[in-house]
Amino acid sequence: MTNKKSWLYVFSAPVLIALFCVVILPLLFGVYYSFTDWDGVTVNGFVGFQNYLNVFKDPGFRQALWFTTKFSVVSIILINVIGLGLALLVTQKFKGTSLLRTIFFMPNLIGGLILGFIWQFVFIKAFASFGNLVGIESLQTWLSTTQTGFWALVIVMCWQMSGYIMVIYISYLQSVDVSLLEAASLDGANDWQQFWKIKFPMIMPGFTVSLFMTLSNCFKLYDQNLSLTGGGPYNSTQMVAMNIFNTAFSQNKMGYAQAKAVIFFIIVAVISLTQVYMTKKKEVEV
Amino acid sequence: MESKRKKTVISFLGYVLAIIWLFPFYLMISNSLKTKKEIFNNTLGLPKDLTFDNYPQAFADLDFTKTLLNSLIITVISVILIVALSSLAAYALQRVKSKFSNVVFMMFVAAMLIPFQAVMIPLVTIFGKIDQLNMAGLIFMYVGFGSSMSIFLYHGAMKAIPRALDEAAIIDGASRFEIFRYVIFPMLKPTTVTVALLNTMWIWNDYLLPSLVINKEGTQTIPLKMFFFFGEYTKQWHLALAGLVIAIIPVIIFYFIMQKQIIAGVADGAVK
Repeated sequence: MTNKKSWLYVFSAPVLIALFCVVILPLLFGVYYSFTDWDGVTVNGFVGFQNYLNVFKDPGFRQALWFTTKFSVVSIILINVIGLGLALLVTQKFKGTSLLRTIFFMPNLIGGLILGFIWQFVFIKAFASFGNLVGIESLQTWLSTTQTGFWALVIVMCWQMSGYIMVIYISYLQSVDVSLLEAASLDGANDWQQFWKIKFPMIMPGFTVSLFMTLSNCFKLYDQNLSLTGGGPYNSTQMVAMNIFNTAFSQNKMGYAQAKAVIFFIIVAVISLTQVYMTKKKEVEV
Repeated sequence: MESKRKKTVISFLGYVLAIIWLFPFYLMISNSLKTKKEIFNNTLGLPKDLTFDNYPQAFADLDFTKTLLNSLIITVISVILIVALSSLAAYALQRVKSKFSNVVFMMFVAAMLIPFQAVMIPLVTIFGKIDQLNMAGLIFMYVGFGSSMSIFLYHGAMKAIPRALDEAAIIDGASRFEIFRYVIFPMLKPTTVTVALLNTMWIWNDYLLPSLVINKEGTQTIPLKMFFFFGEYTKQWHLALAGLVIAIIPVIIFYFIMQKQIIAGVADGAVK
């Protein structure tokens, strides 16, 4: 019996070892370190829940969490609306739809860091010259205020991810039965009714996937944050991932940073699980 | 008549949006072909006197041949290992029904929920202690992080392959590895394309993990080198933009060759 199954262990061992060393072991160590005053080299003693209590009192972390939440909510809504809009657009019958798909998806191929740099030029130089041209002063300083920095991040994220979400919605829209639409059209249903009554319920499962993807991408954002605003001015556009990174590697407060990381993990896990659960429930009702 | 006008309006809207989408690329390329002075005076327009002088210098400063090679080595080896090891594991985990295989599979699925930041600090410390903050260590980490989603996708695809095939091959005297290698793996080809492309896109563009593991002169990948390069040239847009164009060219070529597979792969990977 053991001999019969031994191939199971042999075949799964390599990835299991990698997962163990790279994810499981660091996670366990991380939880342990978060209860200590670890500085990256030595642990001097246990501090109990002190790190966690400090995290909740940390104004920098609270601001980063609030900024990340606002950013995620706004981005998720916009990305899904734009992504669905693009999907509906390119599934119409006209010349050039496949070229349009290619163009809308293109930003996803390029990494967040490089995208952020491209947009840095757009916001700093192009927005400024355009502002000069039309006489709008606020376009001159797009990346140097908190408010416009926020929208800069939202714009870049929408520009990048809408094409990704578009692809997901397209695959659901293509599963809509064409004869159903034709029948509805003969019965006098207009485009709007066809969308809400036929297409919308059919692409409902697509929302689970899309919301999950945009949520986890927005909430964990780091690269674009780093290359576009760098967290500035005065850390006011710093998001949670960057706050954790800076606490650990700029301030060397490893145990403290790890407590932040554990809280971050719990938030991400709880949101993801709730969201998947709720959308699954809704699908059944439809 | 009515529907024809509607078609015109919709296609017009599509083209306008496409132009908006491409506008950042236009700004980047057109300004990379201008002199430093012209970027300042004429940011939005096409270059008046075309110059290619920015490119050789940006290429040299990026040490681009070496940097590109580093990115290629890391991405190609990691993706090959992820594909080979994940498909092998998924085959075993899906075919053998036991407590062990259930628990292990659930572990890989659960690991997808863990954000990188949660393990980042101890990971770097542990690998630093055993002196593995190098290219080999990085590739090993990519196998660990990449295997979850890959196993999940392979596991799903495996369900569609009938067990009768395994049993027939066993009767013919094939070993489990031979069955996997010659019967199962070839049948998983569509999933392999998806897994390979999704992992390639992620690893090629990754910045944070390599910045912690191999951020040394000589082993830097394109995103790492770009970060330093951009920091040095913030006030010299003509060089910075030429560097960005150079950094993007390999991806764009790859995209135009593989775009059908990439878009299909993304849809597949997300929907399953």
